[in-house]
Amino acid sequence: MTTETKPPQAPANAEEQVSRERREFLKQCATAAPLLLGTIAAGESVAGAAQEQGYKPEEHYYGMGIDVKKCIGCGRCADACKTENNVPREPLYFRTWVERYTITTDGETVVTSPDGGIEGFPPSVSEKGILRTFFVPKLCNHCANPPCVQVCPVGATFITKDGVVLVDKDYCIGCRYCVQACPYGARFLNPVTRTAEKCTFCYHRVVQGKVPACVEVCPTGARVFGDVTARTSPLARFVRFNEIQVLKPQLNTGPKAYYANLDGEVR
Amino acid sequence: MPQQVKRLAVVFVVLIGALIGARHYLVPKTFGLLGHYRAAAVEANASKPMMYAGHEACAVCHPDIVKIHDDARHRTVACEVCHGAQAAHVDSPADHIPPAPRERAFCPLCHAYDPARPTGFPQIDPITHNPGHPCITCHNPHAPVPPHTPQECSACHGEIARTKTLSKHAILPCTTCHEVQELHKNNPLASTPTKPQTREFCGQCHSQDAKAPSEIVRVDMSTHGQRYVCWQCHYPHSPEVQ
Repeated sequence: MTTETKPPQAPANAEEQVSRERREFLKQCATAAPLLLGTIAAGESVAGAAQEQGYKPEEHYYGMGIDVKKCIGCGRCADACKTENNVPREPLYFRTWVERYTITTDGETVVTSPDGGIEGFPPSVSEKGILRTFFVPKLCNHCANPPCVQVCPVGATFITKDGVVLVDKDYCIGCRYCVQACPYGARFLNPVTRTAEKCTFCYHRVVQGKVPACVEVCPTGARVFGDVTARTSPLARFVRFNEIQVLKPQLNTGPKAYYANLDGEVR
Repeated sequence: MPQQVKRLAVVFVVLIGALIGARHYLVPKTFGLLGHYRAAAVEANASKPMMYAGHEACAVCHPDIVKIHDDARHRTVACEVCHGAQAAHVDSPADHIPPAPRERAFCPLCHAYDPARPTGFPQIDPITHNPGHPCITCHNPHAPVPPHTPQECSACHGEIARTKTLSKHAILPCTTCHEVQELHKNNPLASTPTKPQTREFCGQCHSQDAKAPSEIVRVDMSTHGQRYVCWQCHYPHSPEVQ
């Protein structure tokens, strides 16, 4: 009998042993899990300040409104942009700049932008012959269908979920295709890093709930920043109460820089 | 299976393995997570340091000045327009003292006369406007007002005044055609000056039977543009007939 009873006991023992091993394993798992989750969480928290503050890119879609009639051509936007984004001070590199359009009485259009307007504008050339004259701030239009992103051979420029066109400066090879492709002249090659550079809508400010530096310093409120799709945002109000035009609509780039009171001569 | 197929298969396996290996090492870690780009680049763009603190930050420590500023005409001009990017000052106030531009060249960046500026924006000619004096000797930049009520129309309407100076109408004072209430000088939009409302007003000098010097251009009031008041076609500050 004993020999008969033993065999059933042995499997029971084995089963017990297996289940004990399993229990041990589960226990170890349970102790290890917080550690594991902890490391994953730590990894995510390293990922950046934006996520820490609960910024959700998919909830936004940014654009900028520009009221040409309010622009006084002081160039503070171009100056602030260079300060905020560490853009080289040479008068060749701009993420945003101000142009002065002068339409003479004989129909000629003269566009000037000395140093992007940072140091002010010299007096108009022929004051007697001016038909109309005005300032136009320019910047990257953050197109919904951007040619610069299409031509980048390495995927170093892209649209984020919140509709901002950014450059990956660690991955850019400096081939200048995007500089050539941009119909708005909004890109340049940074002479220090040898990579393409452009307006980012001050993405580092926007993810923290601030407005871009140019909007912050504009003394007349000619620049308005906000969500295009939101029912209530400064930009939503701007496009509601102004007649809006975009630059070069025939190119089908879907620009998100919305101009109010824009003259037909502006290119 | 024929031997050549086996050999080719080995070559393919090696090549595909090499491709997978190469992709593993060459394609950046976060590439393709969100699209055809490195997801980490979004974070790289988002994590740059801020230079401009924003005007909300100033009110925390300087409520008195911000109060004066917010009630005055410069209320739309953020502190950092004049005082520069001051995120560093917000972080450690004692180590970074914001500059205050006192030199004469700064204010004309906005207020120098330029015909491209919007009509009505306060502008001066930096060469003739109290030369040599810094702007702050007369104007408080936080609450700017003219130090005294402007006497001449050209103090605010420089663009029109200049145009008129070069025109046939140069000798006519503004009040010939415009009636200006005293209130307009202190509160421009509360009372706007009048414009001539009849054709006969211009006809005092320009009609056939006007008692005016004979050099003045005459028109036949009965046939010339009956439906319109003269200034609807002609610009009186610089009449086209020169």
